[in-house]
Amino acid sequence: MITPAMIPAINPMFRLQWEQAQDCFVLLFPEGMVKLNGGAGEIMQLIDGNKNVEQIVAALMVKFSDAGDLSVDVNEFLTTASEKKWIFHE
Amino acid sequence: MSNHQVVAAGPPLWLLAELTYDCPLHCPYCSNPTEMGDIKDELSTQQWLKVFTQARAMGAVQLGFSGGEPLLRKDLEILVKHARELGFYTNLITSGIGLTEKRIAKLKQAGLDHIQISFQGADPEVNDAIAGRGNAYQQKFKMAQSVKDQGYPMVLNFVISKQNISQIADILRLSCELKADYVELATAQYYGWAFDNRDHLLPSQEQLIDAEQTVNQFRDQQQGKGPQFIFVTPDYYEERPKACMNGWGTTFLTVTPDGSALPCHSAKMLPLTFPNVKDKSISDIWQQDFAFNRFRGDSWMPQPCQSCDEKEKDFGGCRCQAFMMTGDMDKTDPVCSKSPDHHLIQQAIDSATLPTKELVMRVNRHKIADADIARLKI
Repeated sequence: MITPAMIPAINPMFRLQWEQAQDCFVLLFPEGMVKLNGGAGEIMQLIDGNKNVEQIVAALMVKFSDAGDLSVDVNEFLTTASEKKWIFHE
Repeated sequence: MSNHQVVAAGPPLWLLAELTYDCPLHCPYCSNPTEMGDIKDELSTQQWLKVFTQARAMGAVQLGFSGGEPLLRKDLEILVKHARELGFYTNLITSGIGLTEKRIAKLKQAGLDHIQISFQGADPEVNDAIAGRGNAYQQKFKMAQSVKDQGYPMVLNFVISKQNISQIADILRLSCELKADYVELATAQYYGWAFDNRDHLLPSQEQLIDAEQTVNQFRDQQQGKGPQFIFVTPDYYEERPKACMNGWGTTFLTVTPDGSALPCHSAKMLPLTFPNVKDKSISDIWQQDFAFNRFRGDSWMPQPCQSCDEKEKDFGGCRCQAFMMTGDMDKTDPVCSKSPDHHLIQQAIDSATLPTKELVMRVNRHKIADADIARLKI
């Protein structure tokens, strides 16, 4: 369960990086790479081990002001990311 | 071949830098070529740095430092630092011999992302017999602990063969004890030394079924915790060939110690002339070279591949395997049950039940010369 107060952090097993050749953010791990779609990349960039979920949603809604409420999308992605162990949260 | 279609190639995402064929171990399953060339011809630091810069500019993102034993290169830290600064994810693929706590720290400082350590068995007796070196197990064990203590992601690689397959349960326990993140239980692939030693290495189907069952049962009890185990069965027991290298010249680029650029680490055995990074840029090699274009796409494919609806899934299998087993690199991989040469696989399986040749441990030929020089100095 993802809650607004939760503070996610990227699993140190993974390295987030913008890949010019792929034109997207990627997660790098031993001998592998996951390509992130636009939305996933935007969310992952904001995960720094300091911001909580509410702050991440707020930051995205400033950046994409005409996108409406993004909390459902963020929750959905964080649930997936957590299942895939890309992120940890307290 | 003038009728060859030119297939646009994506970037070589995976660059394998075989820094040296020199190795302190003598594993008979080694896939290095049995003719290793001369250590004097190894690429210099500057030449490697140039290779990394050029490959990265094309979009290469994973870089494996391999060998032989890459730790034998004294400039490893310089190479890692440059690669990491370029944005590569840097993987050190090592036997663990030559590693120290201090060097693990220095490599971390240089920006190394991940360390993979090979093990030959789950205890000193089996491990050191296969490795052909005393105290190897103890060293690997200590260094694996240190790798995790220093915060690296760690992969353990166990090459599984007839010699250690009965230890699978102990291998699983050892991997948990060492807190590995990923564990490759990879059945030996029969190239290089391993091809010569195949009869001594290829497990029976029963042994493989048992081993896989043990791994599956263990996984079921893990509940998402502990290492992720990856069990790789040998293709000899499959009905369809492996999608070797994800397709020739699509993803992987190997540069050998002397600078030969290959679409896979075994390709040097094929009757093709491969380019060298000393003469050509990575971009020219990847996009223009005849040998790299030779098996791209499907216009080269023979029957039954050409009319097979799975040809885009396995790309006709492994070119080296076709060459080693049939003498013709253009043929369908004999692993495929549709291949007219499929009986050769059954012959190999049968032959492995009763080895007649002796097991050959891997040796470094130039070591013999080194020993002579050392003796002369005394």
